[in-house]
Amino acid sequence: MLCFFALLLTGIEILISHPRFYWGETGNVMSPSLFDLPIPASRGGIKTGYGFVLPDQNGWSRALHFQAGWALVLTGILYAASSFLTGHFRKDLLPSRADLSWPVLSKAIADHLRFKRPSETEAWSYNVLQRLAYMGVIFVLFPLIIWTGLAMSPAVASALPFTVTAFGGQQSARTIHFFVTLSLVLFVLVHVMMVILAGFRNRMRAMITGRVSAK
Amino acid sequence: MSNPSRRKLITTGLAATASVSGLAVAARLADEYGLIPPDSGGVYGPGRTLTLAAQRLLTQNSMAREFPRSLISNPPNANGKPPKIAEFQRHLATGFADWRLIVDGMVARPASFSVAELRSYPTRSQITHLACEEGWSFIGEWIGVPLSHVLKVVGVLPQAKFVVYFSVQPGWWDSVDMADALHPQTLVTYGMNGGDLPAGHGGPLRLRVPRQLGYKSVKYITRLTLTDSLKGFGKGMGSGASEAGYSWYSGI
Repeated sequence: MLCFFALLLTGIEILISHPRFYWGETGNVMSPSLFDLPIPASRGGIKTGYGFVLPDQNGWSRALHFQAGWALVLTGILYAASSFLTGHFRKDLLPSRADLSWPVLSKAIADHLRFKRPSETEAWSYNVLQRLAYMGVIFVLFPLIIWTGLAMSPAVASALPFTVTAFGGQQSARTIHFFVTLSLVLFVLVHVMMVILAGFRNRMRAMITGRVSAK
Repeated sequence: MSNPSRRKLITTGLAATASVSGLAVAARLADEYGLIPPDSGGVYGPGRTLTLAAQRLLTQNSMAREFPRSLISNPPNANGKPPKIAEFQRHLATGFADWRLIVDGMVARPASFSVAELRSYPTRSQITHLACEEGWSFIGEWIGVPLSHVLKVVGVLPQAKFVVYFSVQPGWWDSVDMADALHPQTLVTYGMNGGDLPAGHGGPLRLRVPRQLGYKSVKYITRLTLTDSLKGFGKGMGSGASEAGYSWYSGI
């Protein structure tokens, strides 16, 4: 969580130095953009419509972004390795075949949309939508955010050119990096909202200690 | 004190000693192979060191991507305007006829080159990406003499570890280690897209380091100094950019 916020904050800081997005290999103020974010920028050369330029914070932002990135990747590797070894992915996160049938899925979606509270026994195991969301974050969004991040690096591109060409270019990778970030932010917001709905203190205690308290 | 706890104390002590000396050996080796950047002090040191070490191992023999002519950005984005200082304006007015590139420090034959002399050396032209740390980028054809050739002419002493390079713009300087200095794509650039290097892009001379971000490619270079230590330059962090908080190594 700490790494995520550090990455998000510094990512926004880096973004405001050029809040324009492109597709392909290149893009700059002299070329057309895919879309512009309607926010002020920290560089004078960008026409934002705002009459002021924010201070440049890119130096420390970039350093913290990569340092938090390293911390996240290293702990991520530990988590993935231990989860494979203990069977956490298979037992707790992989949805069962029965759960993936349409009636079960549609019931789960309907229950969620009605904000129906799960029963006491259901509540301590991940439901099918949770499982799908967690699997998506762990196996799709996280690998993608790291990959698109690395694809922006000229050094990585020199050693592994396909990591960039797979996305159609460095600017495409940057644009995808932005959208994956939005998806992760959305996940965190929903996740935190669910925890609060389910009883914040109880859940936080369970997450940190790994114990489920019987009330 | 009971036996098991004494045993525990001894094993813990041994493990601690082993890990401390292991770390010391690793640090020593990393330094030997140039995997610790000059700006590795401070809170962001671990991240900077990890990035440099990982990318150095990954990019040992890698070449920056080169593109077909059709992908050259038109117009290329010159970030900023030529320096207003009188010295540069004088050179601009005379077509850089008196511009000199001084090469000194740990070299056998210190020298000073005119742009014309540099043009008489073997030429390399490459169509590469220039990506700014801000997020924008363009592709251009860069024409120049490989830095490795200039270094061969002056004869680098074996103890030299870094090339420090200075812009005519006061306070703008940077440095690369020998791995980047001798890389075939590191150019003393004097041309771009078939013509002279425009002043907006760093003309008459710009050092291009294409496997790193744009700020490493310092414009208007006037001097190269070879050294075995960056301690004597500025605050000892390897570049003016590092002193402003930007990482010395900018491969990402």
